[in-house]
Amino acid sequence: MLDIRKRTGYLLLAIMVGHVILISAQVQSKSGVRVLEAVAFGAFSRVQLGASGIVDGVRNAWGSYVGLRGVRAENETLRARLSELEVRLQEQRALAARSVRLQELLDLKASTSLPTLAAEVIGGNPNPGMRTITIDRGAADGVRPNMAVVAPKGIVGRIIGEPAAHASRVQLLIDRDAAAGAIVERARAGGMVAGSEHDPPLKMELVSNLSDVKPGDLVVASGVDGIYPKGYAIGHVEKTEQGGGLYLTITVRPTVDFSSLEYVLVVLTPPRPALPAEPGAAAGSTR
Amino acid sequence: MKAAGVLLAIAAALVLQTTLAGMTIEGATLVNLVLIAVIYVALAFGAVTGMLAGTAGGLAQDALAGGIIGVGGMSKTLIGFIVGVLGAQFIVSQTLPRFVMFVGATFAHELSFQALQTLVEARPFVMQWSTTLTQAVVNGLVGILAFQVVELGPGVMQRRRARGTSLSRRRY
Repeated sequence: MLDIRKRTGYLLLAIMVGHVILISAQVQSKSGVRVLEAVAFGAFSRVQLGASGIVDGVRNAWGSYVGLRGVRAENETLRARLSELEVRLQEQRALAARSVRLQELLDLKASTSLPTLAAEVIGGNPNPGMRTITIDRGAADGVRPNMAVVAPKGIVGRIIGEPAAHASRVQLLIDRDAAAGAIVERARAGGMVAGSEHDPPLKMELVSNLSDVKPGDLVVASGVDGIYPKGYAIGHVEKTEQGGGLYLTITVRPTVDFSSLEYVLVVLTPPRPALPAEPGAAAGSTR
Repeated sequence: MKAAGVLLAIAAALVLQTTLAGMTIEGATLVNLVLIAVIYVALAFGAVTGMLAGTAGGLAQDALAGGIIGVGGMSKTLIGFIVGVLGAQFIVSQTLPRFVMFVGATFAHELSFQALQTLVEARPFVMQWSTTLTQAVVNGLVGILAFQVVELGPGVMQRRRARGTSLSRRRY
């Protein structure tokens, strides 16, 4: 009888061919592995939830009982309340700015506040090269692909892939494949913010060389991508250089601290089709 | 028994990696626990087991990461195989050769992974050398620690137990 372990070369060849077929099937059409991906993510999200629970349990036990018992609990409540109020403040600020600049001209009806859903970060990406997180809200909570995810300080990212019942994967804006339509608030210069592997982890592209963009300027979502809510903060311009072509080279420091995300808000408004780009502005949420 | 142990190690590495990544995005880029598990298995059990561990770990990582499934699986399969073959050809029972193996395998994995992504996803080849070097060193240290714990752990426990028994005999 053939012992496969003595035919290492054949086994390696078979596995490699299997991988090539698997990859080819996905490159042509993504339908072949949706089930595998969905089942793996759905099952593993439960494990992540458990692991996150254990980590939180240990943290809480240490922090609450050994450390500052009542003060810590009160602090958590106040911080949660503060986060909520900061989000509301930012929302109001964005609405006010929009009202002043555009609403009268474009005769838009007053926007209602965005419906959001609070979610806890329960895991990260098992692949160190990819910047995604897993949250504890999924299809059962009304989460759908491409919904925006925000934090009190600004935009976090968007839902990618098909959410599991009680978990979803969020692509962070700093992922190298992520992008968002953006505008420099003071100069009203439109462009596209994209993730980068350098420091700072965001760069703004397609901003005209003629624009008056300065370090420290606030960059906000332009809303043209149909995913991210207009007016929400993305980051501050850190450095701007005259590029070789028609555009400026701009690096942006995100307002959100991506290194320690614990809670986020999912914007439950379904994404709408991307608008045609404004003069000088670029649309698109993914590259 | 061996297969169950290998699968358990891969699963534990996946859970730890995602938990770590959930706590700190930057910290998680410094170590690849699934890759460490694959290299460990390849060094400890040989090319075939290393290759199969690479396939299982890589595919699981791909399925959870949200990209194209098979890219990580293919590169980890290769690494498991190569490390297993090299482990059989050379003496890698000392700390330094093992460390070199972990560091070299991390670089080889990153190169093959990025090259495959470039081919499959038509994106520019980006190799972050400083990040990869840091990850390689951290992977090496964690891998060496894992070997030390597995090889020396039972001996330490036995000695402690024996010492406890002799003390109790002396007392009574």
